[in-house]
Formats: sequence, structure tokens, C-alpha cells
Amino acid sequence: MELFIDMMLLSMLAVTALAIAYLKDLFAVVMLAGIYGLLSASLFATMDAVDVAFTEAAVGAGIFPLLMLVALSITGRYERSRRVSWVALALVSIVGILLIIGTVDMPPFGSPDAPAHTHVAPRYIEQSGEEIGIPNIVTSVLASYRAFDTFGEVAVVFVAGVSVLALLGMAPGDSRHGTDRSLNSMRQHKVLRVVSKILIPPIMLFALYVQFHGEYGPGGGFQAGVIFAAAIILYSILFGVGATKKAINQGLVRFLAAFGLLLYGITGVLSLLTGENYLGYNGFAETATNAQHIGILVIELGVGITVAAIMIVIFVTFSDRLNIQEKR
Amino acid sequence: MTALVGDLYNYWISMVLMMIGFYIIIAQGNLLKKIIGLNLFQTSVFIFYISTGMVEGGATPILTEGTVLYSNPLPHVLILTAIVVGISTTAVALALAIRIREAYGTVEEREIQEKNYPC
Repeated sequence: MELFIDMMLLSMLAVTALAIAYLKDLFAVVMLAGIYGLLSASLFATMDAVDVAFTEAAVGAGIFPLLMLVALSITGRYERSRRVSWVALALVSIVGILLIIGTVDMPPFGSPDAPAHTHVAPRYIEQSGEEIGIPNIVTSVLASYRAFDTFGEVAVVFVAGVSVLALLGMAPGDSRHGTDRSLNSMRQHKVLRVVSKILIPPIMLFALYVQFHGEYGPGGGFQAGVIFAAAIILYSILFGVGATKKAINQGLVRFLAAFGLLLYGITGVLSLLTGENYLGYNGFAETATNAQHIGILVIELGVGITVAAIMIVIFVTFSDRLNIQEKR
Repeated sequence: MTALVGDLYNYWISMVLMMIGFYIIIAQGNLLKKIIGLNLFQTSVFIFYISTGMVEGGATPILTEGTVLYSNPLPHVLILTAIVVGISTTAVALALAIRIREAYGTVEEREIQEKNYPC
């Protein structure tokens, strides 16, 4: 049964992808991309990757289509007519067939003795319970065993946010008194307004739950950050970016983006001072598991703050650009 | 044959998705469409990774009493962070597309080329 669901979801993904390639109306394409994100999140959930499914649902079906829609309203909705490129089609088919031939040697899907499962992973599964002392193995690996990797990834998110600011942030003209027409148009929809007003606080609470419960269940800083940002973006869409800027000081958000990363880095330096390796938490408390708990909690908080702040910065910067364009 | 299909279906579809994304990137001229194609390509890699991490009959990698068989947590960690990094880099790509639109008045590759090299 599980295999059947898996195959159905994969087939639906393939059909959605074909429709994305075929359609010329980019608005429809973006909507399909949202569906694609939701389908892949369901697929991850059926393959036991709950943490990944969580993130994909918030990013692929939430934030990605929203950013695309804002970009679309700046660049135009329709693609120019084009001919099918037979050379490209031939090239893609050849590469695809070669790749598929390559998969014949792969271990069968779900086989427990595939090479991927015989190395490193068993150690995490067997030892993390004693060494780190938290049930969610994904969080153990993410925030303790491979905390340095994660540090790099948070830095990439931060740099991406700074790049977007550098590209679009220094807008010509004053953006603070934007008319907010485009995004304000949703204000007339009473049902949307009331429902989202009811929904936004629970979404934020849920984000905090995901943040601090990440050690015991699916969740953690990345997911929480994205969900928190989604709540604020929802607010911006309904009440306009101007209202969001009034409610939340953008300077503070930018500061928080850097602060989260700094918190992560400083935790590493503090662990050096206790005589451990960089981001080795064992010196923070009497027992190793307590120390690990403290370390993971702090760096997950850093991740959550940076991710949420950067997502908000990106969305606000994009919407500001849209308002400037409309004023011209 | 049916066993082969059941065993490798996940990998095949992720290859198909990857190639659809690849086709959009190389054959379609609209920059926004290309960014979506890039995203399809990226997601196909995610699906491939998570498929290799799946263990038949394994549990979600959250330790519980009495369970011995878990899915491989390592691909989950890699992909979880890759998704968030992916959306950030996509945002940078979109910002570049917006700047190109402001400079050239279009995001169609062919028209941009014509403006750069008028013949």
C-alpha cells in the first residue's frame, strides 16, 4: 500500500512537472509549482522524512510561490511564444536515458542493506541516544555531530539575504511612503481578513512550538524560522507591506538576521573556551547530555532567528520594489 | 520486470523530473521560467536523496522504545538544510531577474541578446 501511494505521488509529480514545462501563462506555472511543492512534501512524509516534509511544505508550497508571484507582477505574466527546441529535446532525452540505465545498478528502493545504510548512519542511530540524549536523530546530527556544516548553511542563507538587499534594497526614490496599492487590494476581502487574523497568532505559536520541540519531535530552527516568516508574510499580503513595516521595525529584522548567525558562531567560540572543539558542547554543563541540550537549544535558536529574519527581509525587499515600479 | 519497476520507480521519476527541469533551463527563454526549471531540477535531487535514505519497514528517525529499524537520518539532514538554502539562492536569482527587467525592459533571453548586440 505504501509503495502504491509512493508511486501515485511520483506520477502526479511527473504530470505536474510536464504541465509546468508546457504552459506559457506563468501565473498558472507558479500555482502548479506550489502544488508540486505540496506533492513532494507528501512524498517525503511517506518516505519517513518528516523533518524534510515539514520544511518542504513551508518552503515549496508557501514561500517559493509567493516570492515568484511578487517577481511575476514586476516582470510580466506571459511568456513569449516559442518553438520546441528539438536539439535540446534530443540532448535531454539522451542524458535522461543514460541516467536511467545507470539506476539499474542501484540497490532496490527501501532495501535495508544498501551501501548508504551501512556506513556512518548506523553509528548515529545506535549512539546518538546515549551521546546526545535527545530522541530526534535528525536534530542530533544537524545541531551537534554536524553543527559546523549547519553553521555554513546558515551563513549561506544570511549571505543570500544580504545579496538580495544589495541588488534590490538600495531603491531609487523613497520607498517608505509607498502607496501599497498592489498588495493592499486584498484588504477588501472580509473573509480572508478575518480568517487570517484568527490564523496568524496560532501559526506563530506553532512556529515557536516547532522551534523548541525540535529535539523531541520533527522540527527545529529551519522549519520554525520558515513558518514564523510565513505568518508575517501572510500579514503583509493582506494588510500591505506598509502595515508590516509599521508593526515590525525593518532595521531590527536586519539586525536579528545577523544576530542569529552571531549567536551560532559565539556558541562555537564559547565551546572552544571550555576546552572542547569548535561547537563541541560537552563543556557547558556537568553531564554530557545536559551540555548537549544547552548547545543544541542555543544554536537552533540562532538558526531560527536568522532564517525567519532573512525570509522577512527578502519578501519585504521584493514588495518594496513592486511598489516603486507601480508608482512610476 | 514488475519487481524492477517497483524497485527503481523512485529513481526513474526523479531522473525524469530532473530532465524536465533541465529542458526548461536550456530550451526556454523566459528567465523566470528558467528559475522554476532550476527549482524542479533541485527538487528532483531532493527526491533522489530521500529515496536512497528510505528503509523498507523502517521508522521515522526519532528514537522510541522498542524500535530497532529506522530510516537513514543522514540524507534527511542534508536535504532539510538544502531546501532552506535553495529558497534563499532562488530569491537571489529572482532579484537578479528583476534587475535585468529594469535594465532591459524584458526577461526574455532573445530580446536581451538583441538589445545587447543589435544587428
